[in-house]
Amino acid sequence: MPFTPPKESFSGKICEIGIGRGDGTVSLGGQSVMPFHSFEGAAPGKPAIAFEVQDVPPDDWPETVKDVFRDVSGDPVTWAAYCQDSLGADAIALRLAGTHPDRGDISAERAAETVSRMLAAIKVPLIILGSNHAEKDTSVLVRAAEAAKQTNSVIGKAQEANYKTIAAAAMANDLKLIAMSELDINLSKQLNILITQMGFDREKLITDPMSSALSYGLEYTYSVMERIRLAALAQNDPTLQTPMLADVGMYVWKVKETQAPEADLPEWGELGRRGVAWEAVTASAFLVSGADLLIMRHPDAAGAVKKFMAEMEVQ
Amino acid sequence: MALTGVEIFKLLPKTNCKKCGQPTCLAFAMKLAQRQTSLDKCPDVSEEAKEKLGAASAPPIRPITLGTGAKCVKMGEEMVLFRHEKKFVNPCAFAVEIKDTLATADAERKMEEAAASEIDRVGQKLRVDALYLSNDSGDPARFLELARLASTKAPDLPVILGTVNPDAAEGALGTLAGKKAVLYGANAGNISAMAEKAKAAKATLGIAAKNMDELCELTEKAKSLGVEDMVLDSGARSAGEILRDNTYMRRAALKKNFKPLGFPVITFANRADGMLETLVAGLGVEKYASIVVMNEAERWKNLALFSLRQNIYTDPQVPMQVQQKIYKIGEPGPKAPFLITTNFSLTFFIVSGEIENSKVACRLAVMDSEGLSVLTAWAAGKFTAGKIAQFIGESGIEGELEQRELVIPGYVAILSGAIEDKLPGWKITVGPREANGLPAFLKARG
Repeated sequence: MPFTPPKESFSGKICEIGIGRGDGTVSLGGQSVMPFHSFEGAAPGKPAIAFEVQDVPPDDWPETVKDVFRDVSGDPVTWAAYCQDSLGADAIALRLAGTHPDRGDISAERAAETVSRMLAAIKVPLIILGSNHAEKDTSVLVRAAEAAKQTNSVIGKAQEANYKTIAAAAMANDLKLIAMSELDINLSKQLNILITQMGFDREKLITDPMSSALSYGLEYTYSVMERIRLAALAQNDPTLQTPMLADVGMYVWKVKETQAPEADLPEWGELGRRGVAWEAVTASAFLVSGADLLIMRHPDAAGAVKKFMAEMEVQ
Repeated sequence: MALTGVEIFKLLPKTNCKKCGQPTCLAFAMKLAQRQTSLDKCPDVSEEAKEKLGAASAPPIRPITLGTGAKCVKMGEEMVLFRHEKKFVNPCAFAVEIKDTLATADAERKMEEAAASEIDRVGQKLRVDALYLSNDSGDPARFLELARLASTKAPDLPVILGTVNPDAAEGALGTLAGKKAVLYGANAGNISAMAEKAKAAKATLGIAAKNMDELCELTEKAKSLGVEDMVLDSGARSAGEILRDNTYMRRAALKKNFKPLGFPVITFANRADGMLETLVAGLGVEKYASIVVMNEAERWKNLALFSLRQNIYTDPQVPMQVQQKIYKIGEPGPKAPFLITTNFSLTFFIVSGEIENSKVACRLAVMDSEGLSVLTAWAAGKFTAGKIAQFIGESGIEGELEQRELVIPGYVAILSGAIEDKLPGWKITVGPREANGLPAFLKARG
């Protein structure tokens, strides 16, 4: 009996967004099917993996991931170049962690200098992230946006408390913008609407529905992503037809499972591979639920996810 | 397609005899339509009605049990494609492959590893669920030897027998009588013989097809040979093929009520690269496998996959809760800060994570608020001054503290006076509104 595949086609389509400059440009989104469903419709853009670097040495990262970058993490530009040239990063995510009032309170001017140095040194797209301090981020990201003017970089994250300033800065400097809300499809939709009502082009917007780590809320991010993607495709909701970001590394590398030594918890097995698996499983689950852009830390985890993505293309 | 209550009612005896436990035949019909009762409760139903209703009322994906006893695994019965619609029902089984070409000592090690894999994770006991014994040698004698080894080394673990040789199948099934094993390997060349062996041993038949067309042919053939319990393999091996075929199978069963594919799915994630195997197994968890077969079950991998399965199979309508108690973060001394929050699991994870980030050892009281977050619990009257005072008062924690001071979430600052009234001798301090304010707050306290 020949089998008739129950294919599903949708009227909605995700905006295709190019980030970065020249040869380094990366295209996100553009698909009109659920993640990796190229067997039933167009899925042009492949998800991209950005490596996370920080403007200050990663003192708060656990040893297993900090060690990998020991020789380069003293300077953010050296660190980024290593990720680009030796690790094959599709993009660099520069987290301006040192601007946080509790992490050194680095000034907006100095943060902007780091951004300029970074842009001069790398070819792949740059994603500029604040320290997730809503108030400080407004001043830091405004200056950072000026430093990245017309480089087609990505800046974020615009949140409910500060979106006006950050979206205006992204608009004035012709940058792509990440809009983040907390694990709720309606909040994501509302923030996207507020930002586009300011005149911001929806085709320059990336939605971060808020990430999480395996065993620490993964199912919330997973399902919010699936719901956002279904709303965008099946209900053809233009306010949700944005590529999605999963900012994985920062959630994964603070949980106990990526830090507790095997000697303390023998039933958890070897720490090195456990930590890598934690990041890779979290990231690949979000790919399956709809992420177009991942921010990751460990090169082994990113490498495993790349292999997984390549296999997902084999149909 | 499923029948409506009224359509079912027309087929019932309409005697309102109440023997089914319902007041009327119509009420019984409504319950049947909602799958809240079963047709065998009606003693007078006609054969014709049984046939019609049986076909219509069967769950779209047949329920099948793998193994017997305390460690048996239920499969099938899934009702949705996406977990936000409704809870995924039966968590998939992880099976580790053991080949009959392995040295006995290696096979033993893998069996013992699987048998000892159980860990306690957020109150659930999780383990490698099954052994997949593979007749790689093609030799029935070696396969039998491996099956015997499994029945002594891991006697209560369910078994999947992987062979295309009906004679090897018969021998190995003999050692697993009454154990509800899966006999996997029925293909176009051997299906009649394999169906016979599975039926004789009351085992589930695993269909090993090359593609979806052949899979449908083989399940129909097996059904015509009298096989009722099957698990399906479309031949998909790459991650992309697994996603495609498992999606097609789930959709066809649920949306088209397509019977030839209304069975649990077995997915082979086996990869030499252990990390990649973990990710492909994860895809199986997310996308519709009932059994996921892997080469190795190392502890780091088990922890990640057990956790993923737990996440994916939680009920999206019931907030995940953590147990009410006073948690120690780090090694808090008598002067360490003492904080309180609610027992919504995300609230707990975020608050405890930020306390860990602060590197300040603390005690964290987690109060049962029926899984609601702080503001919602306060609004719903589950996180009130009276309840907080009662919980803290009865906890006996004051004996461990040098100073009776409790830090409450900034969102419920309004409660501080009322708690102080109800907990005489305690000082109530208002903490930050958001958890990410905790590191600064705790560090500032010195």
